[in-house]
Amino acid sequence: MAYYRSHVLVCVDHQCLSKGAHEIEDALQDELVAQGLIDEVQVLETSRIGSCSRGPELMVYPEGVHYVGLTVDDIPYLVEEHFLKGRVAQKFVDQEVKPVDEELSAPTAKEVRVVLRNCGVIDPENIEDYLAQDGYQALGKVLTEYTPEQTIDEVMKSGLRGRGGAGFPTAKKWQFCRASKDTPKYVICNADEGDPGAFMNRRVLEGDPHSVIEGMLIAAFAIGSSQGYIYCRAEYPIAVRTLRIAIDQARALGLLGKNILGSGFDFDLEVRIGAGAFVCGEETALMASIEGNRGEPRPRPPFPAVKGLFGKPSNINNVETYANVPQIILKGAEWFAGFGTEKSKGTKTFALAGDIKRPGLIEVPLGITLREIIYEVGGGIKDDKEFKAIQTGGPMGGCLTPEFLDTPVDYEELAKAGSIMGSGGLVVMDEETCMVDIARFFMDFIQEESCGKCTPCRVGTRRMLEILERICDGKGTAQDIPTLEMLCAQVSQDSLCGLGQGAPNPVASVLKRFRPELEAHIYEKKCPAKVCKSLIRYEILPETCTGCTVCARNCPVNAISGERRQTHVIDPDICVRCGICKQVCNFNAVVIN
Amino acid sequence: MTTIKSLEDLKRAREEALNKKTAKATSGVAQIIVGMGTCGIAAGARDAMKSILDTIESDSLNGVIVSQTGCIGLCEKEPIVQVIIGEEPKVTYGKVTPEIAARIVRDHVAKHTIVQDHVIPM
Repeated sequence: MAYYRSHVLVCVDHQCLSKGAHEIEDALQDELVAQGLIDEVQVLETSRIGSCSRGPELMVYPEGVHYVGLTVDDIPYLVEEHFLKGRVAQKFVDQEVKPVDEELSAPTAKEVRVVLRNCGVIDPENIEDYLAQDGYQALGKVLTEYTPEQTIDEVMKSGLRGRGGAGFPTAKKWQFCRASKDTPKYVICNADEGDPGAFMNRRVLEGDPHSVIEGMLIAAFAIGSSQGYIYCRAEYPIAVRTLRIAIDQARALGLLGKNILGSGFDFDLEVRIGAGAFVCGEETALMASIEGNRGEPRPRPPFPAVKGLFGKPSNINNVETYANVPQIILKGAEWFAGFGTEKSKGTKTFALAGDIKRPGLIEVPLGITLREIIYEVGGGIKDDKEFKAIQTGGPMGGCLTPEFLDTPVDYEELAKAGSIMGSGGLVVMDEETCMVDIARFFMDFIQEESCGKCTPCRVGTRRMLEILERICDGKGTAQDIPTLEMLCAQVSQDSLCGLGQGAPNPVASVLKRFRPELEAHIYEKKCPAKVCKSLIRYEILPETCTGCTVCARNCPVNAISGERRQTHVIDPDICVRCGICKQVCNFNAVVIN
Repeated sequence: MTTIKSLEDLKRAREEALNKKTAKATSGVAQIIVGMGTCGIAAGARDAMKSILDTIESDSLNGVIVSQTGCIGLCEKEPIVQVIIGEEPKVTYGKVTPEIAARIVRDHVAKHTIVQDHVIPM
């Protein structure tokens, strides 16, 4: 291998890419060639160095200098200073002191890391690091000590349930697939994480890809499969790259391929990349997509365990489910079952987002209450405002109100409360959130992502969105509520797959828990949270206004009039409700009504 | 690393990986610093640097960090190369030609024998 004295890591996550990370990378390459340094300095791509908000950024090793806010024109100067003359180019150095990892910080007291145990600890691109953390020892154990049935038994005893959201017992799934007579059988990993704001699986794939590969190997041994697929969404280029590196390394060591560990067991893996359809997270649509067909779901039964990929028995689990398996084998089913509640065992990763003090990725034992997650792990509501609702389970989940704060987070309790576990998105909303607007936002997402195969989902979600948009626009009628109720019932009962069946959940929870807010929009034409633009008015309080003219000068549409030192007035017909006047007013004279 | 063909191989691979990890954490890293100020570059520091990098590559040495520095105030002795190994004191070499640079890497960095005839007494 060639020796480089310095390595430059260019961040190519989506934020930096949109700011021109590739152009920076090309400019660096060109400049290093021009200055004759290309044999000494290697340019590499990486994900997230830490402050993408000030990207494009790069990190130079061995010095560990972090440059931010670069433009293509800065590159010649930077290369000459740093790489030719060896001086740190101070003006681009990141000055801000910040947490090392904005997504995943050190665990808090309530957290238990099983799935995320290696994330941020090992080098994901070096299989030796994983081996040093007892990597592939669980595989060795099942191949030498267990029969496939014993393997399934062990997972059964642990009580592991599907982490993709539905919570079906993992070992049962394996059993069904093992019992199918047809061959070959396939093992599939669902890495098509599509919920807005959820990134649990991405971090596992990017930070500890071998744990997923090892989990799939064990599943393949248990069900009798020799070929696996990881279906990863195209929006995760770094995860795909890390996975491919991991698969190549495992193959080179003989941990994937023929006659693994001399046991006669063969297994190999391929990564398949999705094309960005949310519905492909649904298992039958996902398999159709792997086959090269349009990503559309089909009715079940037959279930994938009987007739799955290419018409053959297939086992499909989520990234997090597989990542749990090696630990269960290694530490024992009893250890795993020690976490969680009676019916929901183990831990679960969540992406905590919204109006919360410490957003990010967490892993907690199941059975923890929502209150503990929000106030202890998440640090409470941002700016110490009032908690209004929490949405669990992504766009198809329901919103839970303060009276559910002490609900233990497990599959049954969440379902009882009218929401779902889902893959692990948690969105916290404070008092300034309009629930009607939130329902409209999620319905907009769902109707866009509906594949269009079945009518209830295709037409029903579209109609619900139109009604919600009308309500937010102040044109709601008394008929809207019964129509929404009817659509909710029909879409959830008659849709083909989980997407349509879950689609009405956000609307249903507004109808059930936030009906006064919805009625205020329709009958009083008011938005209590002061969010919906058509239903609010900016006004200036005559007794507080000093006539300083700041608001009038900053108004982008010249809606504010008034003489100097005289009370100013906003013309509601011209006003676009941008809120700039409220921001710039030094006397809090602008109010929303 | 060789392929893992049995459970014993797997256990051995784990031990090796663990050993490597601890070795990385404890062993003294060798650092070679080349003076790359205007004076250094004019005197041929780039050739010395190239020779150092080539030698490290051809001899496949591990754990060596090569970095640059500016003028250290001894312009008449340029090209200047400094070597720091682990906790040992810094050794400074002057008038380093590509040949001497290669000797510094082979003798001092790889075998811990200081190349006495080119040391600048500091």
